[in-house]
Amino acid sequence: MANVLEDVGRSTINHLDYVGSVNIQWWSTLRAIGNTLPFVGNRYRWQESVRQMLQIGVDALPMVCLMAICTGFILAMQGASELRRFGAIHYVIELVAVGFTRELGPLLTAIAVSGRSGSAFAAEIGSMKVAEELDSLKVMALEPIEFVVAPKYLAALITVPCLSVLSNVCGILAGGLFMFFSTHLSPSLYVRDVFESIQLRDVITGLIKSLAFATIIAQVSCLEGFRVRGGPDSVGRSTTSAVVKSTFLVIVADSVFTAIFYFTVNH
Amino acid sequence: MPIISVRDLVVEYDGHRVLDNLSLDIEHGETMVLLGGSGSGKSTLLRQILGLERPKSGSVFVKGVDITQCSAAELKKVRRSIGVAFQSAALFNSLSVEDNVALTLREHTRLAPSIIELMVWMKLAVVGLAEFGKLHPQELSGGMKKRAAVARAMALSPEILVLDEPSAGLDPIVAAELDELILLLKEVFQATVIVVTHELPSAFRIADRIAMLYKGRFRSVGSKDEIKASQDPRVRQFLDRVPDNIAQTSAVSAYLEKYLQAQEA
Repeated sequence: MANVLEDVGRSTINHLDYVGSVNIQWWSTLRAIGNTLPFVGNRYRWQESVRQMLQIGVDALPMVCLMAICTGFILAMQGASELRRFGAIHYVIELVAVGFTRELGPLLTAIAVSGRSGSAFAAEIGSMKVAEELDSLKVMALEPIEFVVAPKYLAALITVPCLSVLSNVCGILAGGLFMFFSTHLSPSLYVRDVFESIQLRDVITGLIKSLAFATIIAQVSCLEGFRVRGGPDSVGRSTTSAVVKSTFLVIVADSVFTAIFYFTVNH
Repeated sequence: MPIISVRDLVVEYDGHRVLDNLSLDIEHGETMVLLGGSGSGKSTLLRQILGLERPKSGSVFVKGVDITQCSAAELKKVRRSIGVAFQSAALFNSLSVEDNVALTLREHTRLAPSIIELMVWMKLAVVGLAEFGKLHPQELSGGMKKRAAVARAMALSPEILVLDEPSAGLDPIVAAELDELILLLKEVFQATVIVVTHELPSAFRIADRIAMLYKGRFRSVGSKDEIKASQDPRVRQFLDRVPDNIAQTSAVSAYLEKYLQAQEA
């Protein structure tokens, strides 16, 4: 019994330590991010942010678009198979439009970015740690958080919402294609119905979620990189851990945000 | 006043004492070589001098500032006067060699890009890499990486130059070239140089003084001649390359006897 309590206590302390570390790193990054901005910050840091934006955003475009199109088709087909029985196939438009804008667009994007860029962040920082590059930065009187994390975080904050909007567009477009081929609904009518279905608050809640997901992915993945101990095998473990933890936390955060928006907006 | 002063330094990892009550003064302009075998604590001492780790007790004064107690801002200020070349070179693979050297100049000075470019070229020329600035670290040989790391360490013309195992893993000719480079840099820049090594020829070539570490304690600190003449058994063992009796024959015999008895039973 004592051992069980000891294990529970140790595990709780470890989890609290992890949450604390993420928050401390996040706070340090926010303090350093000003120096990463264009015009007012360090131009080399901004160049690094742009490089990261290309990697997180532009390189992920085909993958995010394809995922959104496939999911849009799946959602429309699954919805239609049930709604057709009640003669309500028209509601597929609302299902796809609202479902993507509020939920699926940001979530799919976050999962794609977590798998692609989260793992890359952890591997890059972990390798830098193993190769003493982080120590090298410190002895050059440079802060690894400002030099390594801040450009990645700024890039994630800009690109993840952009990718989410694109994901929304692709998903809704896939729904439109389905409606056109299954019910011969004209594209203009589909677009009109989409705009009638979604409200500004749906877009805003989706974007708020995207910003939160970007924060989780960047901070958790970078922290996993910093926590690398030992040799190259440890880098592999941290990469896996970064993807698993950031994906898990994104879904947890999504459920929390959805509950908050549901209870505050709908009631 | 010494430029670096280590006082009663104790470092422990998980209860295991790695540095045991060390005290050492390093004077302005001297080349101090920290000599010792693997696991003797020389790299740990170096990390303490660089403020990368906090000790269990004791102090490390660099230019009069106790870096074990000072604020982060003070530590940064002290670090600007130290140039470090790590054992693995630790060059940033995402940057070219010249960008690696230019990094601290861009971050810590307001010099015009053309001046920075000129200074980078000069630093690379001193280490014989002027034509290789556009290459990335992964395109360089081991010796070239070490020289690039030295050029980067020298970028801000620091008062203190720290070199961790500069000749480790290099062939004797390249290692000798690096020794000459260290001597040249010391003469040109009048820097205090701290070198961590276990290479005896290199140590005796470049050192003004040598501190010999063994199991976290100084066995001997003195000039090259004093160390060469030392009668301390551990210093003599290191200098004369006498192996430890790792394979304890009596223990191996006892184990085999016990094993055979167990097999027979």
